[in-house]
Amino acid sequence: MLKARIIPCLDVKDGRVVKGVNFVDLKDAGDPVEQARVYDAAGADELTFLDITASHEKRDILLDVVSRTAEACFMPLTVGGGVRTEEDVRKLLLAGADKVSLMTAAVKNPDIVRQLAEKFGSQCIVVAVDAKEVAPGKWEVFTHGGRTPTGIDAVEYSKQVAALGAGEILLTSMDRDGTREGFNIPLTRAISDAVSVPVIASGGVGTLDHLVEGIRDGHASAVLAASIFHFGDYSIAEAKAHMIRAGIPMREID
Amino acid sequence: MSETVAIIDYGSGNLRSAEKALARAGVEAGLDSRIIVTDKPDVVASADRVVLPGVGAFGDCRRGLLAIDGLKEAIREAVRVKGQPFLGICVGMHLMAREGHEHGTHQGMGWIDGVVEKMEPADGSLKIPHMGWNEIELTDAGRAHPVAGVIEPGDHAYFVHSYHMALADKSALLATTDYGMAVTAIVGEGNIIGTQFHPEKSQKVGLKLLRAFLEWRP
Repeated sequence: MLKARIIPCLDVKDGRVVKGVNFVDLKDAGDPVEQARVYDAAGADELTFLDITASHEKRDILLDVVSRTAEACFMPLTVGGGVRTEEDVRKLLLAGADKVSLMTAAVKNPDIVRQLAEKFGSQCIVVAVDAKEVAPGKWEVFTHGGRTPTGIDAVEYSKQVAALGAGEILLTSMDRDGTREGFNIPLTRAISDAVSVPVIASGGVGTLDHLVEGIRDGHASAVLAASIFHFGDYSIAEAKAHMIRAGIPMREID
Repeated sequence: MSETVAIIDYGSGNLRSAEKALARAGVEAGLDSRIIVTDKPDVVASADRVVLPGVGAFGDCRRGLLAIDGLKEAIREAVRVKGQPFLGICVGMHLMAREGHEHGTHQGMGWIDGVVEKMEPADGSLKIPHMGWNEIELTDAGRAHPVAGVIEPGDHAYFVHSYHMALADKSALLATTDYGMAVTAIVGEGNIIGTQFHPEKSQKVGLKLLRAFLEWRP
């Protein structure tokens, strides 16, 4: 049977790994390629790079990071952050990314999801949905690291982009991101149950139980986490063993 | 003499990972293989091994293949006339089939008597695409196969697909994976083999399979 996935996420700025707490107070946690190698050896199921490089001129550094990662790691690699055009996608895929994740570009023009899925295939088009609770049981899509409201309902938007050809949804609860209080489970479940494509739960992981909850209660297909792995709180193997004990099917590492 | 492995470039997605993984598998096997990503029919026709990757849709991949003058004939020459080992990956495997039903009906290479169809698992809660790591279960034919046979019980590989190959003749079925139905995971017949999963993305299991492919003397 298909296994749930654990996906470490590396925030990359100017070619270096950082991880923000609520997207401020960044700490440098090293070289992305070295980290990717460690996660590959540790049996992570996939890897995600989120490029938070502000300056457009420095963005090509990421292509080099992606290409060096692809040479060293034989696992699926997703790259997100600032992906806007067909050319951006093409460059990342040619550098060695397997999937790209779209955020602001898809919010501004959902039809780009259809265009890119037709061009490159749904399997490589992930749509990132950053959602914040605006009323009980009601979530809105935000952009710019949770600062800009869009007025768009997160569940409806997820259904829309899935219908347009997104192969996967990367769902981040902006209320939880960086808090280590756990995923927003009602949000995760609302979206996982509403779309036919896999959902990756993100935002708020602080303990291994949170990973279990994302799959078991949030109905996500995969869980994404950053700081609990980067700073050595837990290893991928510990996380998998914990999830297996909780009855979640995982790929074991030999 | 070193062997030439041609990875066919017909505009279908990322070939770097297939190239790098085959190169790594070659080094691990102590082989001096030359891995070439190419769209040149003469290079393909004279290659010692041929790899056909593929992401996206059946029809698009087929169009991409046919758009390069002489490429289809070159593949046929290497694989069907000279009998060189062939590996199809994902949609590359789908193209080995007789027919594909993804966005219309398209003719495949017709090497395997199968049809590529939309996956419709009985359990409606199963997500499509089938994306992630799933366990490979060999058939008796698979266990006896020099390439597929390197897969061990409990080995997982990385899948991402919405269409699968339904086989008319199960003798070509080397492995399945369970996703609400028995999904064709590996097919093979004679000197050709195809995997629904991505060996180039399947860490150790994938490298092991690629190595066996490079060492294969059908």
